[in-house]
Amino acid sequence: MGQGEAVNAARHAVVMQGIVKRFGGVQALAGVDFQVDAGEVHALLGGNGAGKSTILKVLNGVHVPDAGTIEICGTRITNPSPEAARDAGVAMIFQEMSLIPSLTVAQNVFLTREAKTGMGLIDDRTAEKKARELFDMLEVEVNPKALVADLGAGQRQLTEIVKAISQDAKVLVLDEPSTALSVSDVERLFEFLRKLKARGVAIIYVSHRMDEIARIADRATILRDGRHVITAPLSELPIDTMIEHIVGKRSRGLSDVAREHVEIGEPLLELEGVSGRHKPHDVTLTVHRGEVVGLAGLLGSGRSSLARVIAGIEPCVAGEIKVAGTPIQIHSPHDAIAARIALVPEARATQGIIAAHSVAANLTMAVLDQVSSGSVVNRRAVEETADHQIAHLSIKTASRDHAVSTLSGGNQQKVVIGKWLAADPDIFVLDEPTAGIDIGSKSEIIRLVRDLAKAGKAIVMISSELSELLTACDRIVVMSEGRIAGVHDRHTLDDPDLPADDMMHQLQAAEQKLQFHIQEALKHQGTPHVH
Amino acid sequence: MSTSETIRSPGFAARFGLANWRQNMIYIGFVVIFLIFALTLSDKGFLNPNNLLNIVRQTAMIAVMAIAMTFVLSSGEIDLSVGAVAGLASVTAAMAIDMGGMFFGIAAGLATGIAVGVFNGLLTTRIGIPSFLTTLAMMGIAKGVAMWISDTAAVPIINPNYSWLFGGGSIGIIPVLLIWMLVLGVLGHFVLKRTTFGRRVLATGGGETAARYSGIDTRSIKFRVLIISSMAAALAGMLYAGRLQSGRFQLGEGDELSVIAAAVLGGTSLFGGYGTVIGTIVGALMIGLINNGLILMGLEFSQQLIARGGIIILAVALTQKRS
Repeated sequence: MGQGEAVNAARHAVVMQGIVKRFGGVQALAGVDFQVDAGEVHALLGGNGAGKSTILKVLNGVHVPDAGTIEICGTRITNPSPEAARDAGVAMIFQEMSLIPSLTVAQNVFLTREAKTGMGLIDDRTAEKKARELFDMLEVEVNPKALVADLGAGQRQLTEIVKAISQDAKVLVLDEPSTALSVSDVERLFEFLRKLKARGVAIIYVSHRMDEIARIADRATILRDGRHVITAPLSELPIDTMIEHIVGKRSRGLSDVAREHVEIGEPLLELEGVSGRHKPHDVTLTVHRGEVVGLAGLLGSGRSSLARVIAGIEPCVAGEIKVAGTPIQIHSPHDAIAARIALVPEARATQGIIAAHSVAANLTMAVLDQVSSGSVVNRRAVEETADHQIAHLSIKTASRDHAVSTLSGGNQQKVVIGKWLAADPDIFVLDEPTAGIDIGSKSEIIRLVRDLAKAGKAIVMISSELSELLTACDRIVVMSEGRIAGVHDRHTLDDPDLPADDMMHQLQAAEQKLQFHIQEALKHQGTPHVH
Repeated sequence: MSTSETIRSPGFAARFGLANWRQNMIYIGFVVIFLIFALTLSDKGFLNPNNLLNIVRQTAMIAVMAIAMTFVLSSGEIDLSVGAVAGLASVTAAMAIDMGGMFFGIAAGLATGIAVGVFNGLLTTRIGIPSFLTTLAMMGIAKGVAMWISDTAAVPIINPNYSWLFGGGSIGIIPVLLIWMLVLGVLGHFVLKRTTFGRRVLATGGGETAARYSGIDTRSIKFRVLIISSMAAALAGMLYAGRLQSGRFQLGEGDELSVIAAAVLGGTSLFGGYGTVIGTIVGALMIGLINNGLILMGLEFSQQLIARGGIIILAVALTQKRS
């Protein structure tokens, strides 16, 4: 090893060069360089599908890159695997934490490395002592004797990090660490991260919250469409510049979805001060016939909870829901369906489809009474309904009798939508309808949403892809902390200085504005009404 | 859709190849075992019509309970109390016949089934105790009640009409038990495959959350299948009582194993979402066939138990889809 490399090893905790990763025909990473120094907090930014999670999975050995080199703390990783990454010092702190709730903090920290007595039995007292020393040294206030189940989210996360540090982690990866934390917990986390930084730990921090990044990160790397866009100190990256780089020039294939003018009709779905058990809080919103209202916001902002309250899956504890002017009580999905409300849920695999059952069975699941005479199912009616939806949505399946599990993600989602089209509801609530499906199917689904509006339906749509919301929606509601933080008519997000028919640049400009509104909303949240 | 397209579709092999072979395993197995017994045991009277009808008589109660169990398993639940409930219902029916005649007896037997089913159903769907535990506890309760009210003695039934209708009788050479089995089998098959209730049972077991999100009241479905199961168990108990002209707490003891094995052998998924009543009936007949063959072979009871257990495990291993 030459002298220059040895210096590198001291400074660079992570050096990834020319990383390429393909999944089938999709290029997730197209030659990405990513370097993190020891003793810095390095933010990793990018929109959905930019390649953030892919590069992190390459770093911690879950994905083997198709090309490129990885060096961790001066060690070249020649044979990537989760074990190799861990041995080199990479630790990933998961949102779904890896602690066992029924064990104590000390037992968790030393899990599989338990202290033993002379007899070979587990020695909890020594473990507690060692844990206390560790927590004291790192100045973290967590009782090693406490059960993990009794800890708050913040303390659990600190424990998780201490556990990683005790295993000699030199590179910590934190993916959206603040989502479940209160404001004061975030403060404590940041304080701890600064201490770890001083000890020479490299910290990779992934978050959609740019206010947080501005406070904690030293440098940021921005990815877009699987490419490296920029790496720069935070001092050179004000929030609007970050947004510009994240949004960038994308060819998402969405700008070709024509936005025909649809006459907005009478109010169909009215929410007045609607609150759920935890979220949402006091939401007042009216959706009209022919209108698509988008819900924007970050993870945990209460968008999905609102959708579930409307669809009767979570209880509405305060406020009133009116459909076509009539107040209604929704206690179950069944009630919602009776009120002609349909939910295309977030988790397709568990909430949307029965994978082992046929396409026809899935498509008629919500309309069994309609395809039956009395309580006897009319096979021909089932076949006709299924064939109609398969043709109407161009669902690609070998036959209506094939199991839904044999279909692609996009076609499975079409089955979920088709199930509800068959029921012909007036109000559609779509929760991340394009998650995990290919670009072609995405535009098809967005087009379908516009067609539903044209047919006089009222639609509430949630998406983390702002370009989709901007393409589909007439109005966009920004949510934060379970509340409505702002409502934006779609046309107010257009840029009057750009030609109106330059769809691609208009979309890009609007996305930047909307992203800005979402980040603004975060700044105003906090102390007065938190939990 | 062209043929070539069908063949290229990814699910083809899974659907029509191996999986199908496994699903039809029960029919192949039934024929194979029947042929083996026919060849090796013909000198011991295996093929004698009387022996074959006896197999049906001995299997009918298992089949009746297994038809209902097909619904329970399809909905993603299980009912371990069927054997004990059959014993309890045989006792209540016999005692009621003694007090108020045949119709009172039938009503008492069925009421026993409904009461147990409501109890199982409420605990499982309202309080949320897994049906595995609810019905396991019920197994003990039902047996205890049956022993208590009968003072552990057999309760004789002196009612020829009841005995003829529930188990003892035959029309020509056709045993009434065969008619019970066929009528309930056709009814069960139709309800599972052709009614909205059947579809909802399968949807509940196939993906409870998705079913609930689609507006299916999955709790009500589970409640109802557990009642159906207990009523079928009660009916089976009444058939035992009719055939033996007495109600006893031991009747049906241990049947839950044969009942579940019959359904699973037939191709019904232990984890819900798929069920077949026809397969279940063939599964029940196969278990009866094996029992009969082992007896004719002259095996001792201990040897029969071992052989039966081994054959059932082998058959289920071959029938179950691997994930």
